[in-house]
Amino acid sequence: MCGIAGLFLKNRSLEPELGALTAAMLTVLTDRGPDSAGFAIYGAGSPGEVKLTLRAPAQFDFEALAGELKLPLIRRDDHAVLALPVAREAEIRGLLARNHPQVAIVASGARMELFKGVGLPADVSTRFGLEGMSGSHAIGHTRMATESAVTTQGAHPFSTGPDQCLVHNGSLSNHNDIRRRLIREQMTFETQNDTEVAAGYLSWKLRSGARLDAALTSALDTLDGFYTFVVGTETGFGVLRDPVACKPAVMAETDDYVAFGSEYRALVDLPGISKARLFEPEPAKVYFWERTH
Amino acid sequence: MSLAIAPKIAASEPAIFDLATSPLRELNAALQNLPPDTNETAWSVLNPRGAHAVAVGITAPVAVTIEGHAGYYCAGMNSGASITINGNAGTGVAENMMAGRVHVRGDASQSAGATAHGGLLIIDGNASARCGISMKGIDIVVKGSVGHMSAFMAQSGNLVILGDAGEALGDSLYEARIFVRGTVASLGADCEEKPMTAEDKAALTELLRRAGAAADAGSFKRYGSARTLYQFHVDNAGAY
Repeated sequence: MCGIAGLFLKNRSLEPELGALTAAMLTVLTDRGPDSAGFAIYGAGSPGEVKLTLRAPAQFDFEALAGELKLPLIRRDDHAVLALPVAREAEIRGLLARNHPQVAIVASGARMELFKGVGLPADVSTRFGLEGMSGSHAIGHTRMATESAVTTQGAHPFSTGPDQCLVHNGSLSNHNDIRRRLIREQMTFETQNDTEVAAGYLSWKLRSGARLDAALTSALDTLDGFYTFVVGTETGFGVLRDPVACKPAVMAETDDYVAFGSEYRALVDLPGISKARLFEPEPAKVYFWERTH
Repeated sequence: MSLAIAPKIAASEPAIFDLATSPLRELNAALQNLPPDTNETAWSVLNPRGAHAVAVGITAPVAVTIEGHAGYYCAGMNSGASITINGNAGTGVAENMMAGRVHVRGDASQSAGATAHGGLLIIDGNASARCGISMKGIDIVVKGSVGHMSAFMAQSGNLVILGDAGEALGDSLYEARIFVRGTVASLGADCEEKPMTAEDKAALTELLRRAGAAADAGSFKRYGSARTLYQFHVDNAGAY
């Protein structure tokens, strides 16, 4: 099972509603994935700054950390977003690793923030305040675990590169082999999860200069198994289904947005849905949208 | 040639069931408990909102109209009702239908008409992968195109495709006739083009008429089983 909800806005006037629309879609997908949920959201960024999304054990004192680093930090439940000058990223990462090993860096990017946790999707959304968030695009996931344990680490999205995230419905059969190959390419992995390997593969391709659509095309030849992927970059939104297309996918496109749902039910309350072009993404075909302005 | 019998439409207004205010279980229970001679012969279902298993398991010869997009298994196990979906249908529309008529005015998702034994399924738009998988006697008319692996392991019935067919059409086919007007991306194992006999053409013409499809039976190609896969052949003994 598992459920995927994605929303990529073309009309900027909808940006303040992005979080609320995404939260509603995730809640509908609870019966596809009640174990855990998560989302990546592409909000505002500041030139010259990078945002690190951090996760720590419940009792961790994020406020003290902000004071120690003298950096702006916004806490959201057991996650927090730290904003810092790009030039200091390596220094801050080193400092966190040395002084606060219990703090995990979940994601980084100019605009992307990423939150995930165990529990019902509606509870996870509420814990992180998704409803109040705004941005250009968001990708969320509700998980019914099959390949690895029900933990925050095993929840989706996975992020293996700056402003990059991936969610997955399905399971991969050659992930151990691909993980070994990517480790030889200096990619690092936090879990034994198959989806993280797919994310890592795309990050590796993007790192070597490929555009997201080209990276997804090469994934068709490399990744074996069944999958519907929805991926995000700082300005892009992509969808890929394996050639057998076992895992469901419905998309809606209007002048205002592109939306993805594992089932049509997740799209029902989007504005203007009755006029949207509804379609099922075809198997083994790369779909990709990008903001160019 | 038998005449198609139009579904009985009640002279009075249809019974309206709004899924926004009443639970789906009540709708299905009401429809499943209708006696064969019911006077409530017309039903209108509002606000399906993609719900699964809408109007399943009906045995009375009533007409049900679903006003909007339906989720998985809509009209499943239908046994005599005439069900119209004014929208798209999710996975497995009319799966295991025994008799009756199901009409999807939009597109259908995967596995439309799966394992169905009888009745007529009409899809005005496209059907995605595995349309008619394991069909056992149903007639399916798709006015658009179908996805890959359609009529996979089909056993009996007719699949009519006015548009194109995806990869591996009729893979591992037992019997069943497949008619395609457009292109076929590829044929599956043991599926082959066959000559269109007069009987095939008459059956196709009648199906097109019943489905309200404006197409000439002469513009279709007919596919079926080469019958080399499902019977033991001594030349293949070495493979076992």
